[in-house]
Amino acid sequence: MPNTKTVVPFSATKEQLQELDALIEHHKAQPGAAMPVLQGAQEIFGYLPEEVQIKIAEGLGLSLSEVYGVVSFYTQFSLNPKGKIQISVCMGTACYVKGAGEILEKVEKKIGCKAGEVTPDGKFSVDGTRCIGACGLAPVIIVGGDVYGNLAAEEVDGILDKYMQ
Amino acid sequence: MVNLKINDTPVQVPDGTTILEAARTVGIEIPTLCYMKKINAIGACRICVVEVKGARSLVAACVYPVSDGMEVQTNSPAVAKARRTTLELVLSNHRMDCLTCLRNQNCELQKLAKDFGIQEIRFNCDNSEPQIEDSAIHLVRDNSKCILCRRCVAVCKEEQSVAVIGPNDRGAETHISCAFDRDLSEVPCVSCGQCTAVCPTAALSERDQSQEVFDALADPKKHVVVGAAPSVRVTLGECFDVPIGSNIQGKMYAALKRLGFDKVFDVNVTADLTITEEANELVSRIKNGGTLPLITSCSPGWIQFCEQYYPDFIPNLSSCKSPQQMFGAMMKTWYAQNANVAPEDVFVVTIMPCTAKKVESRREGTSAVKGLFDVDVALTTREFSRMIAQAGIMFKDLPDEEPDNDFSGATGAGVIFGATGGVMEASLRTAVETITGKELPSVDFTDVRGVEGIKEAVYDVGDLKVRVAVASGISNARKLLELVRSGERQYEFIEIMGCPGGCVNGGGQPIQPQSVRNFTDLRADRAKALYDMDKDLPLRKSHENPLIKAIYKDYLGEPGGHKAHEILHTKYAVKEKYRL
Repeated sequence: MPNTKTVVPFSATKEQLQELDALIEHHKAQPGAAMPVLQGAQEIFGYLPEEVQIKIAEGLGLSLSEVYGVVSFYTQFSLNPKGKIQISVCMGTACYVKGAGEILEKVEKKIGCKAGEVTPDGKFSVDGTRCIGACGLAPVIIVGGDVYGNLAAEEVDGILDKYMQ
Repeated sequence: MVNLKINDTPVQVPDGTTILEAARTVGIEIPTLCYMKKINAIGACRICVVEVKGARSLVAACVYPVSDGMEVQTNSPAVAKARRTTLELVLSNHRMDCLTCLRNQNCELQKLAKDFGIQEIRFNCDNSEPQIEDSAIHLVRDNSKCILCRRCVAVCKEEQSVAVIGPNDRGAETHISCAFDRDLSEVPCVSCGQCTAVCPTAALSERDQSQEVFDALADPKKHVVVGAAPSVRVTLGECFDVPIGSNIQGKMYAALKRLGFDKVFDVNVTADLTITEEANELVSRIKNGGTLPLITSCSPGWIQFCEQYYPDFIPNLSSCKSPQQMFGAMMKTWYAQNANVAPEDVFVVTIMPCTAKKVESRREGTSAVKGLFDVDVALTTREFSRMIAQAGIMFKDLPDEEPDNDFSGATGAGVIFGATGGVMEASLRTAVETITGKELPSVDFTDVRGVEGIKEAVYDVGDLKVRVAVASGISNARKLLELVRSGERQYEFIEIMGCPGGCVNGGGQPIQPQSVRNFTDLRADRAKALYDMDKDLPLRKSHENPLIKAIYKDYLGEPGGHKAHEILHTKYAVKEKYRL
């Protein structure tokens, strides 16, 4: 079983922590407070690391396991921060049949982390995404906002090299 | 009252009854997997579906209330087909190594597959690899056997309020584990083992250490002594088809002797010893203005909860070791000396109702003899029953026998330790007489008996008013501690047991399928057998136990004295709840 703990050490500003406390305080009394608090916390921190989930659990009187159960249920919640350069590999049907799986593997190998994770230096993160609507260009990846289409797996290394300097 | 028909038989039941309960009144057992009365009524597993005339689809009998004029079929072709399909789906990713499984012939899923005559599974998911998580001392999880019924999750949250396990991820990826899929040893589990007692399969089980005991018994250098906890003598029989709530003490001693232990002693004796020390501690704290309320410390599940969740109550904990640890400590000191055996050659085995006792036996820095653990192996009742079976001992045919008399013969006070309220009552019998110096007119403190989660009473002891409370099950302990912390309630003495109903319902006790647990109060039936034993014993106060008196006179000195402290007392420490 994977331990989905992030490789990047958690750091938060005083303002972020105050914002989280206020958020918890605001929702504390209402039933089903976990969802809005988790959504808000993800907006504050960009992701939901263990440190933040512990604060939420203690603040709402839940166990960490209950909080984590919700976080791991919804794909919208992320356990890892996003990298400075985000890579999205389209896994929509058209891209998938044209080899997106192989492209994702190449990307993971090149940057050294798995889909949904971030590299230890915080520079890159990669996700397999739903259809981005560019099926005519399949297979497609987006690197730091730049779109690359009609890709062959062998081209991945060359493209990513440009971002690695 | 509501009138309905089940399989064309007229039934009358009170309003609010479920179809499951109503069917039971006319001799029909509807199968269940996820349902636990009052704890897990989620209608999720769909094994209990029945046909209700006029209903759109099959309904889950465990949560569907009866209504007037309802017509229910519990065994129609549609019901049978649905249940079989559900069973096939559940079995499709269950690792079926039944012959080599710890729960072989004691598995609710296996029984259903047998009852429904399932011989072929149309859906085949590959799940051939075990998924063992055995980081904790007390239990082992194998998710390849898990059917996602969530009974463990429910008992951990509802009864024990610690909720350290839950469903993670989603859909086909759903699995039961700890937050962040951390190992159980890294999360604030209290080791109560209630999850292992309610798991329908072998996804959760105690760490089986019976082989370690067989090995010790076969080792000529080891002098192997054994003692069983009070509650074991009223539960062990269940593993051998003896009715629930039967006292099989004599057969238990006989079985231990036939297994070849060098000495068969009794942990009941150290229950008496615990009381003598603990009552002394209570009296001294009351007289000398010590920290009150004093809270009992016999239940290691409760101790682990206190250390991790309510460390501010550590000064309230009695420093007395539990009867198990006192047993080990006395074996490696007093007994080793008397029997002229080196302490390191004495191998102490305890038979416990409890998985947390395994963890307790490995607490560091509290041993009576430096460098040795007080207890070498703590077996659960279930492991002990497997040893008896493996040795070919025909349990039901055993004669009643007596333990070895150098360390046996407890009072009724020691016996009732196994039920919620029992430690409180036993302590009061001794403490009240110590404070007043007068003999009690009656030793029965009935206010603190019974299976309610929290019990309170006030006793006049001489000029003092002694306010007491008893909680069993961690969720009740939590409620009680909150009341004390907020100042809403004040007590001089509190008994807490980690498992609901106390040790008789401990996490290491014999497995009873949920079909039994839903309709029987195991806690009450097993406890009754203990109180019956107490009633019939000539001595019912720990401080009157002649063996205890002699041990103090010849060896320990005074209760609470220097030597008693070195051997019989322990320390507690704050434990981090989260280990990042």
